[in-house]
Formats: sequence, structure tokens, C-alpha cells
Amino acid sequence: MKFGVVQFPGSCDERDALLAARLVGDAELLWHADPDLKGVDAVIIPGGFSYGDYLRVGAIARFSPVMVEVDRFARHGGLVLGICNGFQVLCEAGLLSGALLPNTSLRFVCRQVDVEVVNASIPWTAGVERGDVLSIPAKHTTGRYWAPDPVLDELEANGQVVVRYAPGHNFNGSARDIAGVCNAAGNVMGLMPHPEHAVDVLTGSVDGLRLIGSPA
Amino acid sequence: MRVRVLIRPKAGILDPQGQAVERALPALGFEGVANVHVGRLVELDVEDESRVPEMCERLLANPLIEDYEIQP
Amino acid sequence: MTTLARHRELGLTDSEYELIVDKLGREANEVELAVFSLMWSEHCGYKHSRRLLRTLPTEGGRLVLGPGENAGAVDVGGGMAAAFKVESHNHPSAVEPFQGAATGVGGILRDVFAIGARPVAILDSLRFGEPSSPRSRYLLEHAVAGIGHYGNSIGVATVGGEIYFEGPYEQNCLVNAMCVGLIETRKLIRSAAAGVGNVVVLFGARTGRDGIGGASVLASAELGDEDAAKRPTVQIGDPFEESKLLECSLELLDRGLLVALQDLGAAGLTSSSAEMAAKGGVGIDLDVRRVPLREADMEPFEIMISESQERMLCVVEPDRVDDVLAVCGKWEVNATAVGEVTGSGRLRVFDGGALVGDLPVTALVDECPAYDLEPLEPSRPLYPAPSPTISSDLAADDTLLSLLASANLASRRWAFEQYDCVVGSRTVRRPEQADAAVLKLEHGGAIAVSIDGNGRRVAVDPYRGAVEAVLECSANLACVGAEPLGLTNCLNFGNPEKPHIAWQLTRAIAGLGDACRALGVPVVGGNVSLYNEGGEGPIYPTPVVGMVGELPDPARAGRLGFSVEGDAVALITASWAPSEVGSELAKLRGDALEGALPAAELGSLKALHAAVRQGVRSGVLRSAHDVAEGGVAVALAECCIAGGLGAHVDLAGLPLFAEGPGAFLVSAPHAAMSAFGAAARVIGEVGGTALAVRGELDVPVHELARVHADGLADLLH
Repeated sequence: MKFGVVQFPGSCDERDALLAARLVGDAELLWHADPDLKGVDAVIIPGGFSYGDYLRVGAIARFSPVMVEVDRFARHGGLVLGICNGFQVLCEAGLLSGALLPNTSLRFVCRQVDVEVVNASIPWTAGVERGDVLSIPAKHTTGRYWAPDPVLDELEANGQVVVRYAPGHNFNGSARDIAGVCNAAGNVMGLMPHPEHAVDVLTGSVDGLRLIGSPA
Repeated sequence: MRVRVLIRPKAGILDPQGQAVERALPALGFEGVANVHVGRLVELDVEDESRVPEMCERLLANPLIEDYEIQP
Repeated sequence: MTTLARHRELGLTDSEYELIVDKLGREANEVELAVFSLMWSEHCGYKHSRRLLRTLPTEGGRLVLGPGENAGAVDVGGGMAAAFKVESHNHPSAVEPFQGAATGVGGILRDVFAIGARPVAILDSLRFGEPSSPRSRYLLEHAVAGIGHYGNSIGVATVGGEIYFEGPYEQNCLVNAMCVGLIETRKLIRSAAAGVGNVVVLFGARTGRDGIGGASVLASAELGDEDAAKRPTVQIGDPFEESKLLECSLELLDRGLLVALQDLGAAGLTSSSAEMAAKGGVGIDLDVRRVPLREADMEPFEIMISESQERMLCVVEPDRVDDVLAVCGKWEVNATAVGEVTGSGRLRVFDGGALVGDLPVTALVDECPAYDLEPLEPSRPLYPAPSPTISSDLAADDTLLSLLASANLASRRWAFEQYDCVVGSRTVRRPEQADAAVLKLEHGGAIAVSIDGNGRRVAVDPYRGAVEAVLECSANLACVGAEPLGLTNCLNFGNPEKPHIAWQLTRAIAGLGDACRALGVPVVGGNVSLYNEGGEGPIYPTPVVGMVGELPDPARAGRLGFSVEGDAVALITASWAPSEVGSELAKLRGDALEGALPAAELGSLKALHAAVRQGVRSGVLRSAHDVAEGGVAVALAECCIAGGLGAHVDLAGLPLFAEGPGAFLVSAPHAAMSAFGAAARVIGEVGGTALAVRGELDVPVHELARVHADGLADLLH
């Protein structure tokens, strides 16, 4: 399985995502200015502060040349995983519903959180079971997931809510404790916590590997 | 010509920045302040102002969560 | 205004100005005076500390790059070196704490990647007045936010630090930032300019008026109310720009395109070019007209002294300049050739075709005056006694809870959760998991890092207090199983021209040096911040020490919390003679700062640290924690809180809250502990839901945890 990890100016966690992906397959970086996905099987859009979070998180990154290709890839069923800033980019690009707003505390928070698996039937959750609790670090200022109520109802009805913060672990005020969602077809997923930072017992839990390695 | 775009959080969405400012003002002695919202200002020189709404829709604002107002 | 009076406004003494005239062979013009006033400032010239700093040990052991470069470095095995340094940004942070702290982080990051190392960790040491002061709360909140903003945005993990609150820092806060980076030892780059005819290239952000009139002593008389455009401006940092600058710099170095590299920090273009030229024994010609500007109509002297952030200066062979510009272009970083290396030994500043400044390089750098201090031990106390917050007859239970909830001992979670501590995938021990941060290396080993300082105890006894700061850092490393490889220090003191401050500085540096020599730890570099005093008096003398150590097996990195019911709890001690003088308890009681700190037998302490280190490395010790502020009782509480387990111990009359170096609180299975030998004095066992010290106190762990967790947040809101 070959992963492509997109790299924008200002990406932080792309190297970590690359390391994590290499534990379960091959992986290489995809430079933002180059509209070439190099034949990868799955694209990961990593965390960070692409374009300095200028204007709005993810607002500028979504227009980079590589994202035009990612968009096409996604609409043809290609596997895409957006982590943190990547989730923000996918929402701005319209590949996922909703938007990420500032944490209610208005502060950056870096904390190990528990997330519960709600939908274990998409490629990105094939390696886990519904009800599994995964321990993964979350670290962001702008992670409060929001969508209008009718949209949230629809997401829940369609099984598009993929992971939820466990009780007491939602520190950003996300609607309905939503930590990650997918598109209707299930091939595009976004989540705020960072599975790429939970892949080595030395640095914490390995629960993140169960997500990243799911499609492999 | 010079155009200003004011971008505001949509009504009904929690605006913690606005709330933080609203709480801070009385502490400094300013009473009688309510309904504070914090947004963004984008100023630009444009040759064709008819294209500004499209700029707002596509980049300057996120219509899902923000309203915008164009001022000549 | 004549130049004679002008020099005083720029902070130069009459005799310094006479020296300048002598070295130039004539009067200095405006540009030259500006350049001298900065290069000969305390911050750049280290006039009052240079001679003392030379007494510190700066060689030997695993040191591969010593003081004098942008950062120092030690060998960490596998062909790799860890580059590190600590620097202060005290005065800018007092003016604008968010940007002051942010640009402090930005500056120290640049120092590390200027020698070719990729930054992997940030730590910060912060000191403010008591949290009862709205100003101190404001400074703390914004400094922490600024550090988080910069570190998180650039993607370097902030893995440790310390925060202290003491009255004497009310007017002069301390913000010291440390950075650690990694590099293949053979790739370390130096900053000496070389090669007559080589091109000097400036790359990074555009140059504006940042720092002019603020951090420097300049221009306060030149500003009229109507001249808003020339108002002193706070340095504003842009971590996004620095992220691009970092990648660009590392790629340039990786491709072997640079002869030398230097970052622009205090005094901007002036100090970078002068220092590069001085180290290389060459001259540099600069044309300020070629410097890309952010603001129109900047004067040549402004361009030379601007402290605009995120800029680097490099020396490039003429036929590689196009390659350099191409790499910069790829990273969307501005790059411009602004001058060339000459054989003249002079720094010549041009404005287009006109020569506006012509200075001998050695006069600016090597011949900057160095002064001997005139130390005099103070005959009366320099600092008021702290205000009491507890009564001296408070029961032990309540005393323990008060200490855990106090500003200096409560959990720092409020602060460290604002920092990304996991980016980079190296962090094996996060804040509050162990006494030091641990980061894994590619070759299988790991490094440990800690930053520790003390002000109040150094005020009681500058020599012994400084020794303790070094010991504390080494002890923290020992608790995770790491052996110290090198040390960086930031010396924060008051006005050294005052004899009692000179005495503090002299004694503290002596203590620092003796401790480093005894432990066999070389000083790789550091920083000095003087004149930290105001109308209310000087700050406590505050040496801040950062250490990097190594441990062979990150899987065996130590933890501080008790983890298994039934484990034996023991004290491992040597040369331990704790007292309440200068302790946190004494502070809460409002005791005056008088008395003597315990003497430290350095040889025994070195052996003690080695024994604990070995106990952790071998897996014998299940947990290890340095007994420091708050004494044994607080250390016990911290181990219970971290592990979520109680303990019942008998201290047999040992003082509960007395402090002094030379004690570690450890836990291990009984059999393993007895194999440790007589050095480990078993005092009890892990178990139950309370911390019970026979005959002294008995407090449920959840209660200890609650006051510890809420302490800082309660004080801030």
C-alpha cells in the first residue's frame, strides 16, 4: 500500500505522518505546488499550520495545485485522510461537511484523549471495531466541529460520524462530541486527533496505527 | 478602487472570541455593552469591483460559518 | 547636538567614546556611533561578564562545539551531535509579553539551525512577580501564549520548562528560552566569514523598524510626537516565515552551498556581519540600499540596527549564488546579495555608492572593553521578606496541601497543555511523567533535557545556590537514567556596576564553574542578562541552567510516579543536610532570607547521581524523583499524584519540608531495592489511597491531586 503525505508550507506533522505510514506501507511526500499524486493508493493531509493559518485555517491550502488532484482523486473514490489541519482543509474544500471553529476555551490544548469508534465500516476504520476506545493525542486551537443541526442529523443517520470524543474528553466544544467524520461514500475521512502520534509504544499508545493501517 | 470586506461569524454559531471581549470590557469599567462579535476585515485595491462577491464566496469568507459585507 | 553628548544618549561612557575615537583615528559619524553603541552594549559585548565567564570549564568530555558560535554541541553517539543553548528575552517580554516570548523562541531556534542542526525541542524558564499582581498574571498568560504560538506553529515540541513566582521579579520578569537540535557531527557549520570576494547574502523576512528605539538605547531623543512612523516598534515574530527559513537554511547547508551562516538577532545586521567578519579575520562591505525593506525611507543606521525577525546572513562563493537564490525561491524566502567579503578587516557600510560608515572589525568585537567587577558582600539584606500566606503553627496536613497549591509548586498543566509536546515523534517522556524530558534518537538511544534555575536560594547564598542549580539539573537527568553531557546557562542579574550585585554575579559564576568541574560537565555556551532591576530593587540573582544528557535505552527511561502496590519506597541520599533556610515553606511563612544553605560535597553527589542513574537504567528502580522544593513530603505527594497511588512511610524524624541537594525518592520491588544496598534507606511501601507519614500526616491522594491540579488556575482567575 502506497501512501502520499501532502506537504504545504507550514505543515508540521507531515514527517510524523510519513513515519507512521511507513510502518504499514510505503510512503512519500507530495509537495503542494506539484499536482502529481504519484500513483499513491491513499492520501494523507497532515496537521500543522498550512500557510500560517492565514485568513482561515485551511483556506489557502485548499487551493494549492496538489489539492486539485486530491479533489479529483477523492471524487473518484480515492482514499483520503485529513488529520487536524488536514481535516480543516477537507472541510474548506467541500470534500467533508461542516467546519472547524476555535476551541471554546480559545486556547491551544495538547492532551491525550479517548475517542470511541462509531463507524467501523469504512476503509479507514477497517482495523477497529465499533465501540473500541482509542487513546490518541489531540493538539489544536481550532478544533470545534460544527455544522447546522439538519446536517448533523443527516451525518448521524448516514453513519458519517466516524469517531466521537469519549465522555469528558471533548475539550474543544465540538458539536455532539464529534471528533471525526467521513463523506457519504466513506472514502474520505477527517479527524482532529492525531493518529500519527500514537504509533509507537515508546512515545505513548499505538492506537493510531490501527486507523492509519486500516486500509493497508 | 479600494474595497473593504467585513467578515462576521454567522448568527447562531457560538463566538467565544466575542464572548471573551464582552466579558473583558466591564472589568475595565465599560458598562452597558452587549452582543459583541469578533470578525475580520480585508481591504483590497481592485480594478473590477463586480468580482468582489465571488472573491468572498470562494476565498475571503467561508459562507457556511461566516457572513460578509462589502463596503466601497 | 554634538557627537560628544550624543554618545551618552546611546549608552556609551565618555571613556568608551574616547576609545572609539582612538580606534577610528577620528570622530564617529551617526552610522558608526550607532554600530559601536550596540556592539559595545552589555547585551552584545558582555562587558561586565566576559572575564568571569572565561573561568567556566568549556572543554572536554563529549563537547564538540564550545562557546563562541551560535550554539554549542555535544556528541550523542551514532555520529550525531545535540546542539543547544539558552537565551534570555527579558526586557522585550516585559514590554510585550506575547511577542517578547515568541521572538525569544524564534531567536533561539535560529541560533540552533544556524549551525546546521534541526531543532527538536524547546524548553522555557519563566519568572514573574506573585500571581496576586494583575500585571504578573497578564505577563504569564501572554508569555505562555506567545511561546505556544511560536513553538507550535513551527512544529518543534516544547517538552519542558519551569515557572516561578517571586516578588523581586514583579518589575523585571524573566523569559529564558532553550532549544535543542540534532545534526550529524561532521556537518556542523561555523559562522566565520571567509574567502575574499565571496558574496554576502541576506535571506528571510524583509527589514523594518522592529526593535529600534526599544531594545537598543537609540533614538529616544530623536522621536518627536509627530514622527509616528519612527516610533520604537516591538519585534513581531512570524513562525510561518521561520518555518520556511529553517527548511531553506537546512537545505542550503545540506547541499554544501554555504561557506558560513549566521542568524540575525540582537543588533541585527550590525552584529551578524561584524561577528562573522571578526571570527574569520576578514572585512565585509555592505550596501544597505540592497536590503529588502518593509518600510519606506529607512535611514542607513536603522537598516543596520533593525531587529526584524526571521533573517539569516550567509557567505557564498560567487559561482554558487544562483543556486542559493534558487533554493530560497523554492521555499518562498526572499534572498538578496547585500555585500561581499574583503581583506580589509573593516566593516564598511555603503548607501548605494556612498560610504556612510567605515569601522575596524576587531574594534567592534574583540576589542570591546571588558570590565572587572568590584564585588562587595552586602552588609544588610537586599530583599524584603516575602509576605506570609500561612501561619507557622499550621498542622502538617494543611501545610502540605498549602505547599501543593502554592504558586511555585502547583501543577503546571495549565501552561504545558498550551504547548505541542509530541510533534516530531520523539517524545518518550512528556511533562509531569518524569523529572526530565526524554527524546528518542534514530540510532536507538535517547537524550534527556532539563532546565532549572533558582533565584531565592541564590539570593541567600550565591555560591551555594548556583551549585544547587547545576546539581538540580543533573539530578533531574539522573532520574530518567541520563548522564549529563553538557550545560548551557543564562545568568539573570541586576546592575553589575553595583558592588553587591557584582558580588552575587562573581560568587554565582564561581559556584557554577566549581559544580561543572566536579560533575565533569562542560559549558557549551549561554547568555547573560544584566541590569534587571527597577525602582523596587534588583531581581533575585538567577542563574538558569539547561542540560542535555544521554541514556542508552529509551524503553528504560525513568518515571516519577509510584506505579505498583507493594513496592518499597526508599530514600537514596548522600551529603544530604536539608534545612528550612530558603525553602518554599520558609517563603510561605514569610521568613526573611537569611541563614546558610547546606554545603554540598560534590564528589559524593556525583557518585549519588551515578548510582540513581544506574538504578534507573538497569530497571531496578521502578520510579525515581529528585527531592527538591518542598522537601520529602512534597516529593512523596508528587509521586503519589503522578502514579495515582498512596504510600505509607515512616520518616523517623526526618524534616518534612526542609530542602537541600542530595536526596532521591525511589520505588522498586522489595527484593530489587535490597539488592540496591545500604545506599537505599527503605522508609515504607506503595499502597492504599492516602499518603500517610507515620506520626505526621495522612491525606487522601485525591485531595493532594485536587489542590495540586487546581492550584495555578485558582491563583490566576
